[in-house]
Amino acid sequence: MPYLSNIIFAILLFLAVFVFRRNILFIKRNIQMGKAVDRSDHSKARWSNMFRVALGQSKMVSRPVAGVLHIIVYLGFVLINLELIEIVLDGLLGTHRLFAPFMGGFYNLLIASFEILAALVLVSVIVFWLRRNVVRINRFWKDEMKGWPKMDADYILYFELVLMTLFLSMNATDQLLQQAGTPRYTQAGLFPISQWMTPLFSSFSDPTLLLLERSFWWLHILGILVFLNYLYYSKHLHILLAFPNTYFQNLNPKGKFKNNEAVTHEVKLMMNPNADPYAAPSAEIPEKFGASDVTDLNWVQLMNAYTCTECGRCTDQCPANQTGKLLSPRKIMMDTRDRLEEVGRNITKSVGFVDDGKQLLDDYITREELWACTSCNACVEACPIGIDPLSIIIDMRQYLVMEQSAAPSDLNKMMTNIENNGAPWPFSNQDRMLWAHEN
Amino acid sequence: MHVPTLAELTAEGKKPEVLFWVGCAGSFDERAKKITKSFVKILQKAEVSFAVLGTEESCTGDPAKRSGNEFLFQMQAMTNIEVMNAYEVTRIVTTCPHCFNTLKNEYPSLGGKYEVMHHTTFINTLLKENRFTISGTTYKGKRITYHDPCYLGRANQVYQAPRELIQKLDAELVEMRNCKSKGLCCGAGGAQMFKEPEKGNKDINIERTEQAMETQSEIIVAACPFCNTMMTDGVKNKEKEGQVQVQDIAEMISKAEDL
Ligand code: SF4
Ligand code: SF4
Repeated sequence: MPYLSNIIFAILLFLAVFVFRRNILFIKRNIQMGKAVDRSDHSKARWSNMFRVALGQSKMVSRPVAGVLHIIVYLGFVLINLELIEIVLDGLLGTHRLFAPFMGGFYNLLIASFEILAALVLVSVIVFWLRRNVVRINRFWKDEMKGWPKMDADYILYFELVLMTLFLSMNATDQLLQQAGTPRYTQAGLFPISQWMTPLFSSFSDPTLLLLERSFWWLHILGILVFLNYLYYSKHLHILLAFPNTYFQNLNPKGKFKNNEAVTHEVKLMMNPNADPYAAPSAEIPEKFGASDVTDLNWVQLMNAYTCTECGRCTDQCPANQTGKLLSPRKIMMDTRDRLEEVGRNITKSVGFVDDGKQLLDDYITREELWACTSCNACVEACPIGIDPLSIIIDMRQYLVMEQSAAPSDLNKMMTNIENNGAPWPFSNQDRMLWAHEN
Repeated sequence: MHVPTLAELTAEGKKPEVLFWVGCAGSFDERAKKITKSFVKILQKAEVSFAVLGTEESCTGDPAKRSGNEFLFQMQAMTNIEVMNAYEVTRIVTTCPHCFNTLKNEYPSLGGKYEVMHHTTFINTLLKENRFTISGTTYKGKRITYHDPCYLGRANQVYQAPRELIQKLDAELVEMRNCKSKGLCCGAGGAQMFKEPEKGNKDINIERTEQAMETQSEIIVAACPFCNTMMTDGVKNKEKEGQVQVQDIAEMISKAEDL
C-alpha cells in the first residue's frame, strides 16, 4: 500500500478539522445566546484597535518581562505555523520538504528563522513555567486558579515545550539523513539550532534515524492537531478570540455606562402624566432588568468570557482584591464561561434548555463579590485583550436592585435619600446654597 | 459670598458663560464645601460669568446608577435635564469627577447634551487664555503627589490638566508608584462611599494613602471630593495629620493667590 500514510494523514487531518469546526460552532451558538448589542459602528477604529491590541500586542508590554516573552511565543506560534502549510501538504502528497526546490536560498532562510524562533519559544516557555511554578507569581496562585485552571496553564506550556522539541529533533535527524544521502532527503534547509543536536542522534544507524525522523514528524503534526482541539477546553482559546474580542470591544469612555432603554421608556411615562401609556414603546420591555444568568448578558460579554486568558492582570490591579476582598474580576469572567458552558451542554443534551435550578448569580458569583466593586475600571484598563468584567458586575447589580430590591441596607438608605431630597445624604434640598453664606 | 443662580440671572435677562454644577458633596459635605468656595473665588478672580442651579440642582444619579438602580438614575437625570434644557444650558463645569462623568457621558442619550468640563481642565484653560495668572509662591518647591480620581483619569482620560496646574504652582510633583492609568482607586467609587466595605484585610483608602505617603510628600492632591474624604481619613488613620495635608487643586490655587 504505497499510499497508506497519505490516507491515514488525510483521515486524521479531516477528523481534527471536523471536531475543531464542531467546537467552534458550539462556541458560536453559545455566544449568540447573549442579548443584542450594537457594535457595528466605527469600523475603522475597531480594525485599528484589533491590529494594535491583538495583532500588535500593544497592551502586553505594560508588563515588560511577561510582555516580551509573550510576543516571542506569539511570533513563534504564528511564523512556525507557516511551516505547517508545508508539513500538511507533505503529509497529504507524500512528499518531503515540498517547498524546498521552489524557494532555493529563501527556503534555507525560512527554516533557519523558524529554528531560531523555536529556540526562543523554548526559552520563553521555560521562563513562563518558572514564573508560575518556582517564582510563584501571586496572580497565578489566587483561589480561582486552583484545579483545572492551574493545570490548563501548565499543560499549555508542556504542549509548546514538546512541540518545539519535536520540531527541532525532526530537523536534527533530517540533517543526518541528508548527510547520509538517504533517498528523498534532498539537501535543503539551514539548521542553526538543531545542528547542535545532531550529536545526540549521530550514533544511530540509518534505518533507526529514518524511523526517528518519521516519528518526530508524525508526533509533531499530531501534537498540533490535538492542540487545536484542546483550545476549546482551555484559556488558550484566546489565540483565536482575541481578534474578534478586540474588534468588538467598547470604544466609549470607560466611565460611560450604557443607559437601559427599557427603563428610559418607563421613566418617561412616569414623569409625563400626559403620555399615552399604550403608545408603542421605544424599546421592548424586557422580562427582567439586569442579569442573573448568562443569557441575560449581551453577546460581547459572553465572548469576553470565552476570550479570557486567565492572566489575572485585572485581578492584580483590582483595589478590592488587593485589599483582601472576595472580588476578583478574573473570577467573574471564569464563572461566566463555566456557567455558559454548563447552559450550552444542557441545551445540547436536552435539545432546549431544561431548568437546572442554577444561575450565574449565587451559584457562581456571590453578592459579596458584586458589592465589593468600586467601579474603578482598573480591571478593564489592565486587560490586554479588551475584556470588560465591570459591565457584568453592574448588570448583575441591576438585577439585584431592580428585580430583588436586594441592595445592602446602607445603599438603600442612600437611594431613599436621593429619591426624597435629591442628595445621597439626608439634607434638605432647600439647604443646597447654604455654603455660599458660610465663611 | 454672592453666588448667582441661573434663576436670578435669567430673571435679569442675562446668560452666564458657564454653569457651575456644585454637586451634592460640594453643597453639603463640610470638607467639600471648602473646595466649592475656593473654586468660586477662582471664577470670580478670573471674572468668569457663571451661575449655579442652587435649589434647582439635584443629585446627578451617579451613586444610584453605580449601585444598579437604573430607574432612580434616569429619574434624576431627566429631572436635571429638564431644568437645564429650560435654561438652555450649554456649558457646565464641576469640581466632582463623578458629576463630570455622568453629565458628560450618560446625560446625552437622555436628551442632555452639554459641553462638560472638570474644574482642573477649566482652570487650566483660564490660565492659558490669560484670564488670570498664578504668581503666588506658597507651594514653591514643596513635594506634592497627585492622586488620579478613577472617574477623571481612567474613565475620561483627564491626566494632564491637574498635573499642569500643580506645576504652575511651582511645586515638585512626585508620582506614586501607581499613577495615571494605573492609579489605585481611593475606595469610594461605585457607591462604596455610602456603605461599609466588604470584609477583607485592609481598607482601600488605607492602601492608597500608604502609596501616597511612600512619596514623602507634604501634600496629597486629590481632584475629587470623595477621594479627598477617603485620603483625609487615610492620613488620620496613620496619625499623620500634622505632616501630610490633603488638598484640592482649587484650594491650593486660591490659597496661593490669597483669594
Ligand atoms: S472595576 Fe471593580 S472589579 Fe474592576 S478593578 Fe475596579 S473594583 Fe475591581
Ligand atoms: S479579563 Fe483580561 S486581564 Fe483579566 S484574566 Fe482575563 S484576560 Fe487577563
